[in-house]
Amino acid sequence: MEDKLIRLTVNGRDEAVVIRPLATLQDVLRDTLELTAVKSGCGQGGCGSCSVLVDGELRLSCLTLAERAEGAEVTTLEGLNETNAIVPLQQAFVENYAAQCGYCTAGMVVAAKALLDRNPAPSRDEIVEGLSGNLCRCTGFAPIVRAVQQAAQALSDTGEEAS
Amino acid sequence: MAKVRGTGFAAVNYPTGMHLGGDPTQSLIHMTPAGDFVCTMASVDLGQGLRTVLAQIAAETLGVPYESIVVETADTDTGPHCTGTFASRTTHRAGNAVVMAAAEARKAMLEVAGELLEASPEDLETDGAGNIHIKGVAEKSVSVGEVAGAAHFGYGKTIAGRGAYLKPPSPMDPETGECDPDSTQAHACTVVEVEVDTETGVVEVIDMKSVYEVGQQVNPDLVKGQIVGGSWMGIGHALYETTAPGYPAIDPAPVDFQNYLQPGAAEMPEVACEVLEYPAESGPYGGKGVGEMVTNGPIPAIVNAINNALDVRITQIPVTPEVVLRALDEKRAQAEG
Amino acid sequence: MSMKELGVVGRNVGQRDLESHARGQTTYYEDVHYPRMLHLKMHRSAEPHANIVKVDTRKAAASPGVVCVLTHEDLPGKKVWNGLAAVGVGPEDEPVLAFDKVRWRGEPIVAVIAETPEAARAGAAKVEVEYDPLPGVFDVEEAISGSAPALTAHWPHNHYIYPDDHAASQIRFGDVEKGFAEADHIVEDKYQTSPIEQAPMETNGCIAKPGGDGRITVHTNTQAVHFARDNTAAILGLAPGKLRFLGGTVGGGFGGKVDVAVEPISVLAAMRTGRPVKFKYTREEEMQVSSTRSAWRLYIKDGVMNDGRIVARKITSYQDSGAYLRFSSYGSMKHAGHMPGPYTMPNVWVDARVVFTNRPPSSAMRGFGVMAASFAIELQMDKVAKTIGMDPWQLRLLNAYRNGDMRAHRKVNEDAAMVETIQAAARLAGHELPAEYQAMTSWDRKAS
Ligand code: FES
Ligand code: FES
Repeated sequence: MEDKLIRLTVNGRDEAVVIRPLATLQDVLRDTLELTAVKSGCGQGGCGSCSVLVDGELRLSCLTLAERAEGAEVTTLEGLNETNAIVPLQQAFVENYAAQCGYCTAGMVVAAKALLDRNPAPSRDEIVEGLSGNLCRCTGFAPIVRAVQQAAQALSDTGEEAS
Repeated sequence: MAKVRGTGFAAVNYPTGMHLGGDPTQSLIHMTPAGDFVCTMASVDLGQGLRTVLAQIAAETLGVPYESIVVETADTDTGPHCTGTFASRTTHRAGNAVVMAAAEARKAMLEVAGELLEASPEDLETDGAGNIHIKGVAEKSVSVGEVAGAAHFGYGKTIAGRGAYLKPPSPMDPETGECDPDSTQAHACTVVEVEVDTETGVVEVIDMKSVYEVGQQVNPDLVKGQIVGGSWMGIGHALYETTAPGYPAIDPAPVDFQNYLQPGAAEMPEVACEVLEYPAESGPYGGKGVGEMVTNGPIPAIVNAINNALDVRITQIPVTPEVVLRALDEKRAQAEG
Repeated sequence: MSMKELGVVGRNVGQRDLESHARGQTTYYEDVHYPRMLHLKMHRSAEPHANIVKVDTRKAAASPGVVCVLTHEDLPGKKVWNGLAAVGVGPEDEPVLAFDKVRWRGEPIVAVIAETPEAARAGAAKVEVEYDPLPGVFDVEEAISGSAPALTAHWPHNHYIYPDDHAASQIRFGDVEKGFAEADHIVEDKYQTSPIEQAPMETNGCIAKPGGDGRITVHTNTQAVHFARDNTAAILGLAPGKLRFLGGTVGGGFGGKVDVAVEPISVLAAMRTGRPVKFKYTREEEMQVSSTRSAWRLYIKDGVMNDGRIVARKITSYQDSGAYLRFSSYGSMKHAGHMPGPYTMPNVWVDARVVFTNRPPSSAMRGFGVMAASFAIELQMDKVAKTIGMDPWQLRLLNAYRNGDMRAHRKVNEDAAMVETIQAAARLAGHELPAEYQAMTSWDRKAS
């Protein structure tokens, strides 16, 4: 197997990167493109800290082969920061203390965005279900669930999108 | 058989600071020419909000706006010594060091302000909003920024302070255990309701209420964050977590989150908490440590609630479904006895 | 304590890092990028207890991408260490890299440094170690029974030896045997906690980066930067000033990041190669290699009067330290010093032992020594209440320590508010207390 050039769109920018055989999307995003909001809490698919959107779908970048993202549109948490204004979802995390160490936060926000994009008015159970792939060791989840509830409320009030 | 409910509670105390003391933390604070302050520490923020809390304490002592304090952490080249972030020690130890450093810096600041206002430093007070004025005479005032400018460019003075907090080491007598182990004690009492499925052995924590007594809170929201996070971790410890499910056997040995089980958001009940404040003599503004004790009440409270629900006597953690079912079998065997 | 009006202390001013966390802009140790960075992986013991017959690193060294292989022979300073040696705790008993023997499954033996994490992993897998397996001991009471093999020469009976040749951290207060003789009831039980992983979402790790000035900067997620720096310098025999330890925000600690497990070998690798070296624990290592919360076994015996007063409490506890000491002697002292919990008793006897087994070394976690104590004590209190037919709330309030009481470690109690905390919890839970229990305070012992 040899190194390979792939093209993909990341946070709206076209990128061409050389990947090692079996490189993961996480390797490309974190190491090559230096999008360090993509975390690596396990590399086993068990924690969700590496969550990103691939063509709008929630994916664990540690389990996604970079090759499979060829031509795809990838969004990391950094993609929500394109404007300087903090988006309502992020603001809800801040207001609800939905982070302590912050290591899980990028994955959580991305997972929450994926949820709200497909279901703008989720029930509490749907939020719990939507975040079930994401672990947090610090907060006890309650503030995170509340943050997503608040964001959903804010979105329904303004009719805006999650980001 | 069915689902049965039970309640349990536990009362715990927790020492602030390393056992037996001898764990120093130091702090340096200096004023920039623009009139804000840099508080330099080697302490490490693990997510509990150390930088926030120390900025609050520095602002309180200096008498300047919270927003004007920068807290730098975790660099051995610039930060004076800190023993580390553990033993519920940082708010107390680092906080006390910051109080000392800030008091010294405040003194230097008031001396310069005194020269500008032609008043003695003892007659000055800060308004916490960035101004210094003569006590009772609000018009005779300079801004902290003006003081900074004068100190740097007019008088060639530093406005800075050093702080070092050490609870002197107290050896433990090897025979009797006599010692002075702690700086203060914080307290908590947690009440839990559980529902146990006697078919499957699965335990669900359906309600958790806690009262904490943590001295003067520096930042109540952050205290609550510790309590809620610790409540969740307590559920994990009580019901799920172990690196050696066959303890003391070393196998099986979970190596991933599929096999090392923790509660998820679905297993987290509403956590109610109330916080009492009995300020500690030794604490910075009366604060005690809260970071570690937050798992200690929930764990025994949950196990007591399970025992209460089932009228059994489980004395180990984690209380997995297997442990519950074994206890029920034993109870049945005894009844048939 | 009287206090002047507070300004910003006591106020909710938010949490400074939250916006940066929510935007994914917080920098953790591994969020720095250095060109030509190398990666370190450890070859670890496959046996819980064995003599090492031979270590062959030739295939590992020849593996594609491998730049450097380090064994105990490459260590320039200490071969064995303990993190608290500088403050007089010892002996230094833990090999930096195993040499003659391995004492737990997962013990580090050979470090392999390569161009990529995959190449380092592949290289580490090619290290060949020949073992002569020894019988292992895993249960704390079996370990000290006299029939188990001694793990190291330091502890002939597999338990830590405290000053004056004591086998335990002791509390001796009053006369428990006399208390038991006077008591109306004796209540006994055995308690067991499990090894628990701190499980911070960010695993242990560091990046050691050589600078042009001969110094090495270590980006690390340790919970204690000076402690980690000074121990690393001591292990490698370096002037501490050669090292700069730099943290930032740590992705959770909970006691799991104080072991200085990754920094010394990474610094050595950086010195050898002249290149930045990253050593990050995999989740698998974090679970089974990094030290866990110690498992504790406790036996508690109480002497109780019909009216609910606990007049004697005797506790024997065993902290499972795993194969090496680390901070266990400290943990057991803290455990002993915490007894008998937030209660005042005239007679208290504690033996808190540190026991060595062929398990991964254990260490601190959130509530070191105290969590297991609180667990056992609070289960015991329920058993006492049930035995004598007393309301468990009243039992605790009756025995709760008051200000001015003498604690078992002979310090006069201050800052106590256990009574008020229990009363408030009873109110919150809707549990009615009789008037006399509602009237109790933490300042009423001398009055009563
Ligand atoms: S790093 Fe991808 S799920 Fe944990
Ligand atoms: S905030 Fe630390 S893991 Fe979630």
